[in-house]
Amino acid sequence: MEVKKKSGILKRIAGPVVTAVNLDAHMYDVVKVGDEELMGEVIKIDGDNVIIQVYEDTSGIKPGEPVTNTGLSLAVELGPGLLTSIYDGIQRPLEVLVEKMGNFIERGVTAPGLDRSKKWDFKPVVKAGDHVEPGQIIGEVQETNKMHRVMIPPNVKGGIVKEIKSGSFAVDETVIVLDDGSSYPMMQKWPVRVPRPVKEKKNPKIPLNTGQRILDGLFPIAKGGTAAIPGPFGSGKTVTQQQLAKWSDAEIVVYIGCGERGNEMTEVLTEFPHLDDPKTGKPLMERTVLIANTSNMPVAAREASVYTGITIAEYFRDMGYDVSLMADSTSRWAEAMREISSRLEEMPGEEGYPAYLAARLSEFYERAGLVDALSGSQGSVSVIGAVSPPGGDFSEPVTQNTLRIVKVFWALDAKLSQRRHFPAINWLNSYSLYLDQLQDYYNEHVSPEWNKLRSWAMEVLQKESELQEIVQLVGSDALPESEQITIEVARMLREIFLQQNAYDDVDTYCDMTKQFDIMKAIKVYADSAYAAQAAGVAPAQIISVKAKSDLPQIKFVRDYKPMLDQILKGMESEFTTLRAGA
Amino acid sequence: MKEYKTVTKIAGPLVFVEKTEPVGYQELVNIVLSDGTVKRGQVLDTSDDLVVVQVFETTAGIGRDSGIRFLGEAIKMPVGKEMLGRILSGGGKPIDGGPEIVPEKRLDITGAAINPYARGNPKDFIQTGISTIDGTNTLVRGQKLPIFSGSGLPHNDIALQIARQAKVPGSTESFAVVFAAMGITKEEANHFMEDFERTGALERAVVFLNLADDPAVERIITPRLALTTAEYLAYELGYHVLVILTDMTNYCEALRQIGAAREEVPGRRGYPGYMYTDLACIYERAGIIKGVKGSVTQIPILTMPGDDITHPIPDLTGYITEGQIVVSRELHRKGIYPPINVLPSLSRLMNLGIGEGLTRDDHKKVSDQLYAGYAEGNDLRGLVAIVGKDALSERDRLFLEVADYFENQFVRQGINEDRSIAETLDVGWSLLATLPEEQLVRIDRDLIRKYHPKYRKE
Ligand SMILES: Nc1ncnc2c1ncn2[C@@H]1O[C@H](COP(=O)(O)OP(=O)(O)OP(=O)(O)O)[C@@H](O)[C@H]1O
Ligand SMILES: [Mg+2]
Repeated sequence: MEVKKKSGILKRIAGPVVTAVNLDAHMYDVVKVGDEELMGEVIKIDGDNVIIQVYEDTSGIKPGEPVTNTGLSLAVELGPGLLTSIYDGIQRPLEVLVEKMGNFIERGVTAPGLDRSKKWDFKPVVKAGDHVEPGQIIGEVQETNKMHRVMIPPNVKGGIVKEIKSGSFAVDETVIVLDDGSSYPMMQKWPVRVPRPVKEKKNPKIPLNTGQRILDGLFPIAKGGTAAIPGPFGSGKTVTQQQLAKWSDAEIVVYIGCGERGNEMTEVLTEFPHLDDPKTGKPLMERTVLIANTSNMPVAAREASVYTGITIAEYFRDMGYDVSLMADSTSRWAEAMREISSRLEEMPGEEGYPAYLAARLSEFYERAGLVDALSGSQGSVSVIGAVSPPGGDFSEPVTQNTLRIVKVFWALDAKLSQRRHFPAINWLNSYSLYLDQLQDYYNEHVSPEWNKLRSWAMEVLQKESELQEIVQLVGSDALPESEQITIEVARMLREIFLQQNAYDDVDTYCDMTKQFDIMKAIKVYADSAYAAQAAGVAPAQIISVKAKSDLPQIKFVRDYKPMLDQILKGMESEFTTLRAGA
Repeated sequence: MKEYKTVTKIAGPLVFVEKTEPVGYQELVNIVLSDGTVKRGQVLDTSDDLVVVQVFETTAGIGRDSGIRFLGEAIKMPVGKEMLGRILSGGGKPIDGGPEIVPEKRLDITGAAINPYARGNPKDFIQTGISTIDGTNTLVRGQKLPIFSGSGLPHNDIALQIARQAKVPGSTESFAVVFAAMGITKEEANHFMEDFERTGALERAVVFLNLADDPAVERIITPRLALTTAEYLAYELGYHVLVILTDMTNYCEALRQIGAAREEVPGRRGYPGYMYTDLACIYERAGIIKGVKGSVTQIPILTMPGDDITHPIPDLTGYITEGQIVVSRELHRKGIYPPINVLPSLSRLMNLGIGEGLTRDDHKKVSDQLYAGYAEGNDLRGLVAIVGKDALSERDRLFLEVADYFENQFVRQGINEDRSIAETLDVGWSLLATLPEEQLVRIDRDLIRKYHPKYRKE
């Protein structure tokens, strides 16, 4: 048998991709590169040449320096301590890196994903003599306000519990011993490029309520579903993702800043600890894990960041949680793939992206879903990916390949953001394929009227866009009277229902009841307006009904019901007067 | 130090050297010509048999007889307190006739990424005195806010006005400007220099000049030298530094040229596929750090080829920076200065720096309402061109007037007119007052009562 060469030497360095020779390696092995032992991963093997992507800056590295193979694949550490953490793309805790190397990210410093010195209070939920299956929950740790459910790793045999401990332990201390002699700590490791196994994937039927009117009201995503938000720069991808991270009714949030701005991550870090989850009243940070591999951090680690994030999301799903994952931006991830691929001199596909772009994207979104976990609980991962198309042109490969996979499409539109219509989601191009699946939920939990109301609103908006074409040619006064009213109702839908200010303390979050009330109030106006018009009231009078001009204000009022009632009463009496005068 | 005479190939700005001892990636290289001239370069690709060097100057005079020396370290910038008031070349050499910089430190010009955990939240409002910036696209300390312009538009005047007027109201901390020119004409450079000298701004500025006739590849390092200097002034000496980089379009052209010389697979419109990352490594060098005194604020200027905002240079820039100020040819033609079109302009950090206790409690809502009004009026102009003014409703006609009022009163101001934020917002209110009150849907009633001229004239 050939002798394994665990250690080889560097032959060539050109940016984040280096070549080693005399090294036995398998694809995706993690290796240590150069005298400084920078972390890298094998991404191509070509004869004697082993090609490695390096997760840190390679400046100054010389041919002839050593490379050693750890024989392990790129994995994340999973266990108590994930929540409230902020990591780089390869799960190095950024807080620890500041302690170790100061305010700037230097290289060659490693730090484990989970703090080994911290003790957690572990309470077993199985006892000696019980049989435990792979993936089964064996104990609990109160991690933040969230209960961390400690599980047997999914890829081992399981067996009869010989010993289980209770008390205070570090994540790497043994808490359970099985009869075959195997023992496990609270922490497990999982290779990021491999999806964690589940019992069964199911069809989602419950919406991820986001508190954002246009999303919940018109284009909802299900818990366990997938959505994409493509849009040109400055159109609102990040704000929307952050709104979802803040207000969606997921139990755990994984937020990946993939190749984006440093200041945006800082914003999350400063804001989240001071914001409370509307459901639990606890600080949002306590349910959040952040991955920040900003645009100026190494591209190879950017490529990995998306996998690091989704693996953490799956881990919480396996405990039975509803997890939502935001990836901002999947385009930067795709570009990292492209950059690495071009350095490998692979045959470029469309626009220089590697031919496997579509496959990688769909593998990623396939990791979303509502599942029966091995633990026996039901959990979900919802994935929402931002897409940043060059020049805002949706025909480019990343947008197109993403749209082939995801079920919800929130199309951001520069024309809307330029006039400060926020969220700048185009209501004519966007869609959700979950509407049918979610109908029952809305009937039961919001109102039996909800689904009809939604269709009505969509029709009005659709009709408006047709009418606008005519207005562009002849002016609005030339429209038939009833259509002048349609234009007004559509304007109310846009300005009152669809527009939502993320920066207003109240309007930033709107629960389903309030969404229903707002939409319903507009419908009430519309019904009275058409009736009045039919009875001969002039459109100009109908449009200038005074009470309705207060309607936008209820968005900014927390306890809006009294105000709404007053507006509705006012409208009613004004319409009565108008009709009496007609 | 060993000198190699093993140049095998010279192509564009690249020199290929064989049979060297191991050379580090990105190492600094000196190329010694037969007449003794020394040129600088950097290792782009290193392997045991071939080293590719990118030269930062023209390759004129380099031949197979040239000597190659590898200096064993990355490019460093000598920095020191005396740099303020100095004028340096795009390669960092003094060109003002003054002495060499006595370095207090030599810093790697690549600049490491700020750990996101160490960043502070930018929130100090910088008053530029320009209404379209302060009122509707507010700049804050630590932000990167580029000016998207076109050739022949007065972006330099705007940049100079900002540099002259920028202040944090109420702050007395020390302030410095780092100005880096890449490929601009001598005339433009003179314009900047004269203004700096006239206003005394030069004393607190460091100027890097790579002019149109200077080597294009030098432009790759000019912004990095400037930012290294800025970071030193900010994070080590505690200055609040405003960095002006002009013209980033020339920088990107140089990047494209090197990519072509390396025979890389080109990305969109021939620019390298890694241009996003490359630009990010420049623009992300802005910010503030928790517990550290100074700050780096960037105003990069670029001219959009063909005024096309979807061109890769403005596009990738916009995807990295925290907004953009867009200069409009149309407003310029109408004779409006500063011809800033607020509709496509944006400041993403605005919300952090405005409001009660920062600027004024009505700031955000006034800004939103102005936008909405101007956008609507501007759309109607298109309609008027087709159907004529008579076909418009009463409401539409009001909005049409709002658009004109906005351009003539809010946008237009003098090149030396330094408006306070209160003045800016009040101009905004006088405009909003021309609309019926119920059209002000974006402003809460309380604020209307507090600031609307109707209620203020007791
Ligand atoms: N829901 C909203 N409410 C209020 N303002 C918004 C909203 N959405 C977006 N904005 C405004 O638009 C700006 C740009 O949004 P955002 O940063 O999310 O854009 P983006 O699509 O992520 O851009 P990029 O691709 O460059 O990252 C924000 O800074 C904010 O001013
Ligand atoms: Mg964004």
